[in-house]
Amino acid sequence: MERRTVFGGWLLPILLVLPQVLLTGFFFYWPAAEAVWASMTTQDAFGQGVVFVGLDNFVELFIDPLYLDSILRTAVFCAAVGVLAMGAALGLAVFADREIRGRTAYRTLLIWPYAVAPALSAVLFLFLLDPRVGMLGRWLNRIGIDWDYHLNGTQAMLTVVLASAWKQVSYNFIFFVAGLQSIPRSTIEAARMDGAKGWHRFRTITVPLLAPTTFFLVVANVVYAAFETFGTVAALTHGGPGKDTETLVLKVFRDGVINHDIGSSSAQSVVLMLGAIAIAAAQFRFLGRKATS
Amino acid sequence: MKRRSLLAGSAAVAATGPFASARAAEKIKIVWWHAMTAALAEQISRIADEFNASQSDIELTATYKGGYADTMNAAIAAFRAGRAPHIVQVFEVGTGTMIAAPGKVVKQVWELSKETGIALDPKHYIGAVRGYYSLSDGRMASMPFNSSTATMWYNKDAFAKAGLDPEKPPTTWQDVVKAAQAIKAANAAPIPMTTSWPTWIQLEQYSALHNIPFATKSNGFDGLDAELVFNSKAHVKHIQRLLDMAKDGLFKYTGRDNTPDAVLYAGEAGISFGSSAVRGTLAKTAKFAFGGGYLPHDPEVIKTPLNSIIGGASLWTMTAPDRSAAEYKAVARFLQFLAKPESDAAWAQNTGYVPVTFAGMERLEQGYYKTVPGADIAVKQLARGTTTANTKGLRLGNLSEIRNIVQEELEKALQGGQGAQAAMDNAVTRGNKVLRAFQKSIGA
Repeated sequence: MERRTVFGGWLLPILLVLPQVLLTGFFFYWPAAEAVWASMTTQDAFGQGVVFVGLDNFVELFIDPLYLDSILRTAVFCAAVGVLAMGAALGLAVFADREIRGRTAYRTLLIWPYAVAPALSAVLFLFLLDPRVGMLGRWLNRIGIDWDYHLNGTQAMLTVVLASAWKQVSYNFIFFVAGLQSIPRSTIEAARMDGAKGWHRFRTITVPLLAPTTFFLVVANVVYAAFETFGTVAALTHGGPGKDTETLVLKVFRDGVINHDIGSSSAQSVVLMLGAIAIAAAQFRFLGRKATS
Repeated sequence: MKRRSLLAGSAAVAATGPFASARAAEKIKIVWWHAMTAALAEQISRIADEFNASQSDIELTATYKGGYADTMNAAIAAFRAGRAPHIVQVFEVGTGTMIAAPGKVVKQVWELSKETGIALDPKHYIGAVRGYYSLSDGRMASMPFNSSTATMWYNKDAFAKAGLDPEKPPTTWQDVVKAAQAIKAANAAPIPMTTSWPTWIQLEQYSALHNIPFATKSNGFDGLDAELVFNSKAHVKHIQRLLDMAKDGLFKYTGRDNTPDAVLYAGEAGISFGSSAVRGTLAKTAKFAFGGGYLPHDPEVIKTPLNSIIGGASLWTMTAPDRSAAEYKAVARFLQFLAKPESDAAWAQNTGYVPVTFAGMERLEQGYYKTVPGADIAVKQLARGTTTANTKGLRLGNLSEIRNIVQEELEKALQGGQGAQAAMDNAVTRGNKVLRAFQKSIGA
């Protein structure tokens, strides 16, 4: 069954889509085109001497072992943030889905962290984990664990992963709760009558029926971890110690905004843009197939 | 601001009718973008008010544009849009980028002075300050404004507790190590020694003090093809000393740039190194007796240390397509106003920055420095000896990135991932890449 509206002329449909086209063009295509153009130039900070260099900037990026490290590091970071944020959210959602007293209050409180600005969440974690001013950080050092994420790369990664994942738990929680609610009670009841125990029921009924939600969240979390954690990481570690927490967005910012290396920074943005497009395409393909099957 | 112009407007209308307000509208308006906050921003407003009150045909507006990096970025973006401010405050690490700006992005001080006929004489400025902002032939490129240098800060209470003389800060690195050992042994402070600005203080200042080059071509003053050379024996020896101290629990790395200042303010460090400009904050907030001292030197490298180099920012005159000669003249007059000894001395005394002119320094020597012992350490350290090619400062493109690279390699070394020589070698290799990229970006 098809539902479509047939317009008599050209003018009205064009007028209707125009605002959206203008917005997308102005805020997406134009800057994206500028980035693509800038990625093929070298230029001074003031834009006085722009020289076209073709794909030089990209070649330089991909022969730079530091950049390849950065890609790998970002992948590890995204995976860690995604697993942690989604795992915690799923656990919380399963519990919040039960009949418990104060369920609404419990759910509302769990959504709060989502409203915290990235830089502020970084500050909260600083007050927890900083080896000198953080409550937990001081305590760790007092009991003899040498905790200092300013100097220990592994600890720094752990810190930024925790801070970034914490902020995303709320978002995942909302979707998981909604996903859980859409699972028909009758299916679960039927499984129960067939004698499926709690874990077995969760694994064979809940997990498969949550798959579309989960897949959507995987994409959302990867995008979040790759792009939106900038504020958190920048405020907590500036990418240090060494380059141990420097993700790709941090590098784009550092090369473009701090170092005024517009060419290389734009090339990195273009690489990131291609990554985002690939993720989005994968999502459409998968969800599209799901919807038609 | 608004209220004042309203008042002025209504007063003018009341006094002489429409002619007066028409005259007021003819005032040449110039804009100054700065990066100063809190007490420092108040001082900027005071300067703007005093300048506006001192004459009747120019109106200066000072606008805060965020931190140093933000302000510079804002100015760059504005220039690209053809709407650059008349004057912008740029931090010292941005100097290389500004000086190398191609074409007519900025009007350097000598150029402005020549075009407008308003004298802005480099000879009035202290050598270490002037040198940083001048071309290698001595012509001044930007206007010295807020300059500081690095000094040692120490906790007198911790010194007393460790059995050290609180009135005698260590003057050599060998003594610093001994003092740190005493502080650790007596548990007089949680952190025996730390440092702010690791690159600026432990490498750039260290190079100047010991008269060894940081980069070739007179630290970059003589050409954009300069190469970093801070992996020399003397440099590596110092970095090795810091690594050894860290291993023994004498030195604690507490972060990049000025993050470690917090440790200093809290009194947790026995000895720390930081900007001389933290004196004001220390005096206001420190709950311990603090003292200042000269940066230590290594007598095995140099007998008598030379002058330290500056940090802080200077003022650049920017251009825009529709800017008139009268506007440039107004800018020159403001810069001339800033150069007056009384302006310079008041700014230094109220902020903790050093005076940048000889006359300003003399005024402070006759008054303020007599009443506050130790406040003159910074300027004395800057003005001592004769400046050499190694002590004029640095003229390197993208210096902020080079500082970052050094911090990264140092952090790796402190984690035990590499030795002092490897850390400095890597930093030099990576830093040289940055310099070459900069050279390429400005088409040189």
